[in-house]
Amino acid sequence: MTTIDRAGVRGRDRVAKAVLYAILSVGLLVVVGPFVWMALSSLKPEGEIRSVPPTWLPQTWTLDNFRDLFSRLDFPLYFFNSAFVALAVTAGNLLFCSLVGYALAKLHYPGKRLLFLAVLGMLMVPGMVTFVPQFVLVSNMGLTNSYAGLILPFLVGPFGVFLMRQFLQSIPDDLIEAARVDGAGEMRIFWRVVLPLCRPALATLGILTFLASWNNFLWPLVVASTEDKYTLPVALALYSIGQNRTDFGLLLAGAVVVVLPVLIVFIVLQRHFMRGIATTGLK
Amino acid sequence: MTSAPVAPAPVRPVGTTPDRPAGSIRRRQRLRRALTGWAFSAPYTILFLVFMAVPVVISLVMSFTDLRSTDLRNPFAVNFVGLDNYTRLFSDDLFLRSSLNTLVFVVIGVPLTIVLALAAATALNSGLLRFRGLFRVGFYLPVVTSIVAVAVVWRFLLDPEVGLVNNLLRVVGVDGPNWLFDTKLALPSLIVMAAWRNFGFLMVVFLAGLQAVPADLYEAATLDGANRWQQFRNVTLPMLRPTLLFGGVVTGIGYLQFFEEPFVMTQGGPLSSTLSVSYHIYNQFGFGNYGYAAAGSYVLFVAIVALSVIQFRFLGERK
Repeated sequence: MTTIDRAGVRGRDRVAKAVLYAILSVGLLVVVGPFVWMALSSLKPEGEIRSVPPTWLPQTWTLDNFRDLFSRLDFPLYFFNSAFVALAVTAGNLLFCSLVGYALAKLHYPGKRLLFLAVLGMLMVPGMVTFVPQFVLVSNMGLTNSYAGLILPFLVGPFGVFLMRQFLQSIPDDLIEAARVDGAGEMRIFWRVVLPLCRPALATLGILTFLASWNNFLWPLVVASTEDKYTLPVALALYSIGQNRTDFGLLLAGAVVVVLPVLIVFIVLQRHFMRGIATTGLK
Repeated sequence: MTSAPVAPAPVRPVGTTPDRPAGSIRRRQRLRRALTGWAFSAPYTILFLVFMAVPVVISLVMSFTDLRSTDLRNPFAVNFVGLDNYTRLFSDDLFLRSSLNTLVFVVIGVPLTIVLALAAATALNSGLLRFRGLFRVGFYLPVVTSIVAVAVVWRFLLDPEVGLVNNLLRVVGVDGPNWLFDTKLALPSLIVMAAWRNFGFLMVVFLAGLQAVPADLYEAATLDGANRWQQFRNVTLPMLRPTLLFGGVVTGIGYLQFFEEPFVMTQGGPLSSTLSVSYHIYNQFGFGNYGYAAAGSYVLFVAIVALSVIQFRFLGERK
């Protein structure tokens, strides 16, 4: 519980330690177990997935479920759609949120307070409130079932501004002032001085945005009306909700394909994740 | 270049007026600074206005109309109906049912999630522990996973015949129920699933909070003879109050909008036992009742604001 009683790591602590590990391991089993089981099951033939009692490791290893994903569903296309939308949304957020974040943190101009208040207020507004008018707007612009319709409403977000402004405020004014004295224009200062310093914040925002977009479900479900614009979660959900749960193997393989890229990004960059959540959570 | 405080204002003899050029330069500088600020804010602000701020306002206006999906091409057919949508909501059995379900989800789900997160964070913060990163990443895994993938896994876990949960129950001789198709068990199942999925996020927030507690407080408590539980009660919890408050508000706001879990797991059923307010709004949207759906979303908005205010009052003042 405390980090300071290192002095007395003796009998009692050894018991405490054992209990601690036991509880955490059970917890880990409950949380991660289903994912491991999912991955292993996706490599089993359909009959074995449904066998009672269940097998843990596959008795027969097979890639049929994954092969089916590509032959019966157009998974490469859904994968591309998900990745394309997520990358575009991420790029937009990084650029626009850092630009406005810089202005809010370091520049002085009329209307700045109002803008920031509007952004803060937006953090409180539930998605359902904007959902209907956003859909009306996008459909009036003729953008339903288009990449633009999938991307545009998410190009900026209040959270990104909040994060970037918070971070930019910690950059010393003197640095920017010095660049100004050297005769650098604002755009140059932004690209050459400010953005490189923002790398940790940009990494955090980038990962969070990418994952949110990759996992986004409701909006693409409503906006993408033909299969060629489906994202991975939409394709998987539409396939699984309508089915009479006969194809567990296919569904599990699909879930693996949805989770795997996220998992890799997350594990490689988890430091930025934790830092971002911790800093935005505490402030 | 815009605001160079390097050169101090020129010293003028008392009683003289500033000469013209200096004044106009300053004005031009101010204009320049404003233009720079606006230029940097413009791309964001335009997108923000078009896709977020304006829709919020339109949504409010919409909620006082009888707008239907069929009216989109002909906006003049739309009537203002005053508060009709709102009064209709509160005599709509499904809306009342969904409000009750949402309330249950929040009242049980939030404490459950917080307790799990706090327990995990406290355990992970222990000085005795190694492999901290492994546990942390593991517990965080469901947070970054698509709800659709989670749904696939959980529907299999909870499957009455081949599911892992009922298979385990069978080992101890219990005949497991059909979790998601039982009107009494479906909502609790979804609550447990949501807590399982979300506690990792709060855990990371709480961990950061725990690490910010000054170590000498614990030292002092140890000197006073406080045992671990007393230290937790009297040092950790009070120091963590702002973080717990944040966690409660954020989780509460999230659970008030609870939609994805029932959507992918039960489609609101059986017999509307897992229908949530967001789900009801979504359904009304699907039926083309845009005005009515907008009114529902504003009721939800008010509930969210109210929850935040109550939680800030409740936890904020008791210091």
